[in-house]
Amino acid sequence: MSGMNSSTGEIIRIAGPVVGARGLEAIRLFDVVHIGEMGLIGEVIRLTGNTAIIQVYEDTSGVRVGEPVQNTSLPLVAHLGPGLLGMVYDGLQRPLKTLADMSGDFIHRGVSASPLPEDIRWKFTPCVQIGEYVNSGDVLGSVPESQTIDHRIMVPPGQRGRVIEIRDGNFKPSEVVASIDLEGDHINGHQEITLISRWPVRRPRPVQTRLTPNRPLITGTRIIDTLFPMAKGGSAIIPGGFGTGKTVVEHSLARWAEADVVVYVGCGERGNEMTEVLEEFPTLEDPRSGAPLMERTVLIANTSNMPVAAREASIYTGITIAEYYRDMGYDVLLLADSTSRWGEALREISGRLEEMPGEEGYPAYLAARLAEFYERSGRIICLGKSGESNGGHRTGSVSVVGAVSPPGGDFSEPMTQNSMRVAGTFWALDYDLSRRRHFPAINWTRSYSLYNFNEWYSGQVASDWVELTAEAMALLQREVELLEIVQLVGPDALAEAERAVLVVARMLREDFLQQSAYHEVDRFCTLEKAYWMLRAIMTFYHCTQTALEADLPLVEIMNLAVVADIARMKELRVDEAKTTINAIMDRVRLSFSELGVD
Amino acid sequence: MLKTIPIPNMVTKEYRTLSQVKGPLIFVDRIADVAYNEIVEIITPDGEVRLGQVLEVDIQRCMVRVFVGTAGLDLDNTRVRFTGDVARLDVALSMLGRMLDSSGRPMDGGPFIIPEASLDINGFPINPSVRTHPSEFIQTGVSAIDGLNTLTRGQKLPIFSGAGLPANELAAQIASQARVVGEKGKISEPFAVVFAAIGITHREASYFMEQFKASYAMDRTVLFINRADDPTIERLITPRAALTAAEYLAFTHHRHVLVILTDMTNYCESLREIAAASEEVPGRRGYPGYMYSDLASLYERAGRIRDNPGSVTQLVILTMPDDDITHPIPDLTGYITEGQIVLSRDLHRKGIYPPVDVLPSLSRLMNAGIGKGKTRPDHRSIADQLYALYAEGRDLRRLVAIIGETALSDNDRRVLAFARRFEEKFVGQGMTDRDVKDTLDLAWDLLGPMPVELLKRVPQELIDKYHSAKPDQALDGSD
Repeated sequence: MSGMNSSTGEIIRIAGPVVGARGLEAIRLFDVVHIGEMGLIGEVIRLTGNTAIIQVYEDTSGVRVGEPVQNTSLPLVAHLGPGLLGMVYDGLQRPLKTLADMSGDFIHRGVSASPLPEDIRWKFTPCVQIGEYVNSGDVLGSVPESQTIDHRIMVPPGQRGRVIEIRDGNFKPSEVVASIDLEGDHINGHQEITLISRWPVRRPRPVQTRLTPNRPLITGTRIIDTLFPMAKGGSAIIPGGFGTGKTVVEHSLARWAEADVVVYVGCGERGNEMTEVLEEFPTLEDPRSGAPLMERTVLIANTSNMPVAAREASIYTGITIAEYYRDMGYDVLLLADSTSRWGEALREISGRLEEMPGEEGYPAYLAARLAEFYERSGRIICLGKSGESNGGHRTGSVSVVGAVSPPGGDFSEPMTQNSMRVAGTFWALDYDLSRRRHFPAINWTRSYSLYNFNEWYSGQVASDWVELTAEAMALLQREVELLEIVQLVGPDALAEAERAVLVVARMLREDFLQQSAYHEVDRFCTLEKAYWMLRAIMTFYHCTQTALEADLPLVEIMNLAVVADIARMKELRVDEAKTTINAIMDRVRLSFSELGVD
Repeated sequence: MLKTIPIPNMVTKEYRTLSQVKGPLIFVDRIADVAYNEIVEIITPDGEVRLGQVLEVDIQRCMVRVFVGTAGLDLDNTRVRFTGDVARLDVALSMLGRMLDSSGRPMDGGPFIIPEASLDINGFPINPSVRTHPSEFIQTGVSAIDGLNTLTRGQKLPIFSGAGLPANELAAQIASQARVVGEKGKISEPFAVVFAAIGITHREASYFMEQFKASYAMDRTVLFINRADDPTIERLITPRAALTAAEYLAFTHHRHVLVILTDMTNYCESLREIAAASEEVPGRRGYPGYMYSDLASLYERAGRIRDNPGSVTQLVILTMPDDDITHPIPDLTGYITEGQIVLSRDLHRKGIYPPVDVLPSLSRLMNAGIGKGKTRPDHRSIADQLYALYAEGRDLRRLVAIIGETALSDNDRRVLAFARRFEEKFVGQGMTDRDVKDTLDLAWDLLGPMPVELLKRVPQELIDKYHSAKPDQALDGSD
């Protein structure tokens, strides 16, 4: 770590993950430093007089006052290039599998390894010629990274000029594939481009234009896609007490959501859960492309027993990787489980800095940090030309879903409240539903989506989509009111029509909203299948209403054999759903006409 | 035992520069070359040696927490010696069968442990990429756990108890009954129990001793004891020492280790005490903001490692203050552990043992540990069915309290009767050891009087295979 700009200081104070150092010259805020003889990684988070306050990303036990601190003069960066997909990193982008090869089953301190495999040769195919003038973000060429991802090598943001060298062939990540004569920059002259680039994780990558999200991100989870959709390029939060199934929902999204790349940040959560993802994803296929799920996934695993400060960094490392693939023109989904652990890391560091605490001990800047993070989501026009021969622009998106773990399941706490202010979709997990084993335990009376995609749904799925979902939602709301009455005076007080509402609402809950994340078929549901399922239930409801008007007893309707068919719609394969459900709807009409209803 | 001998070639530094004694903390001034988390020896004016740990250090002074309390210390004559090393525990296979204190010193009158290794008690995080997902069924012999909240090897599962509820009895029962049922029900693999008593009473401690001796489990058990009248500060060490021993037995000697930590509420109280004494910004209910991370550094030391035959499984007992599951201790625990077993005062009052309330209880790793080839193919469905019917029965009880039983339909009355039998027979098994097959058979037996149309969670082929209709006693009033 010696270099022209590096400087050495000494440690004067150690309090857990916070270390004070003096004697560092020309040190800037957020410079990365190496602490002590073990060379632990830290980041400068405050400068006062001659003293730099450093948060250390590894356990500081055994570090002494007086040990050296070395400045790298570089901010915390993510390494970006082909080979990211399928990797498992810790919060500082250290490859965990490589670390295991180096230091065994347990993570020891002061170990570092290159984030991207150094020896793989990638096939680089250029798409520009010598002499061509290129701008920031223009595609120079591409590498086939996986079956579905063509990894575009772009001119780094902020640079432009004439291509003076471009190569074709197989290259290691660190080898030069192109050179650009930087126009007007007489100091640096020209820029060599390798397959790897670096970007400071705390700085959002620049975009050409931000666009308004215009379509939903289809997730394969029925209640989300039909009642509370999230936007492609939007943000959503899932708060819920323990045992309400946050992680299961996040895993389902990671598996089945319609994204080109998924970045999963396990931030301060269970090690065994990360293992589940690691063991399972390579065996699962993306239902749309047929490629193994692992090939579109980047995992960041900073489990709860790994150092707290690295947990804080993990979120930023994750979103920087997400933005990088967005800039190539892909739709990226970032899942963070759980943002509360990130907030707690902020709180712990803030406490060690003896800052004035805000609400519940969280620092006063919690809301600002959360907003900054969620605002890194978005649908955008990327910098640079499309890279296709027809010109035009590339668009990409980063959608962010953050799990929140409110203490005691109480949503009034600062993390939930501050996240709600910035997120566009709110999926409230409910302890009561999970206790009833209603999963996903998303509460339909408390959740909301601020996005309106009615037009998209009407055009892309079915023209009566909006009516159908509105009617279903109204039924569910009506059920809540009716159940209150039942609680007070018993079911006998209700009229037949009201009981019919209860019957159909129950059908909606059990046969539509409930979805098993573990069932071979039910775990993934297309919009088309969801539409027909909903349509069948509403058809049943309309027939029931007509039958009741004709004074038919509800009991007879409930005993119809077709009720069982409706209950089994979930298990229908996606490709057979439409035909079979249409047959079920015919049977519904037939059954009712046999009862004497038209 | 905790290392008190300085590393060779290190100059031992001794100071007499105490500037403050405050609660469990002392401040030592004008020091040099002190390491964070370093272990220090404090020599009292009477010549007694106590251990402490550096909590914070800067160029002028350091803050030290004294493990056995600060009573009797003064500013003038107390000497502090810095050992130059972090807290370590001497470990060996011969720890099995022994009773030790938090520092690893014998409490059973036996000889000192001859160390095979000396390990940092804080351990190191298991690299998530080398873990394997826990998927082997552990039979506890307790139906409410085996049947509905199955424990697997490498899992961490807490028991949320309340003051006066028999959590210790349940833990001792599980420790003596737990086994991994392999092919043809054989029990072959080496098994060990590491038991950490954190601030428990003499009565509780001797109860556990008797239980371990009575079940002939003592020779495969290590006990780490911190009693209620031992210094509270030592409680921060007890679980770490126990887990260090457990990891050593599991991953070096390839044992399947069941760690029992009781009572984590006492641990958290100590944590709060230290935080308050060092004037930290308090979080919820005065507990420090880092309690989640601190608890995680203990609980996450459970698991399995790829290509290593050993495993560490944790059974953690904690007392919910005022039976409040949203209290920070159970709340943070529930966020880290893979489920929870919740004990119910209501069932306890009815005389049901073990009083496990299955509704709020959960095992997150259950699915991986049960089913064909592990327990029985009907396990998942029957568990769902029991759960659903019992939940319905409990809802009906509330309704009955308002409108009376006569207003119920026949099926509702059957469900009510089922809920009662389920509590009495299935949950309330007493101190018996039930094979999982018997647990599942009993479940089918309880479902006998139920009409098939109520068994929505069980596929038809399983009903055909296991369901035998029984005379319905719920409606003729003879039940």
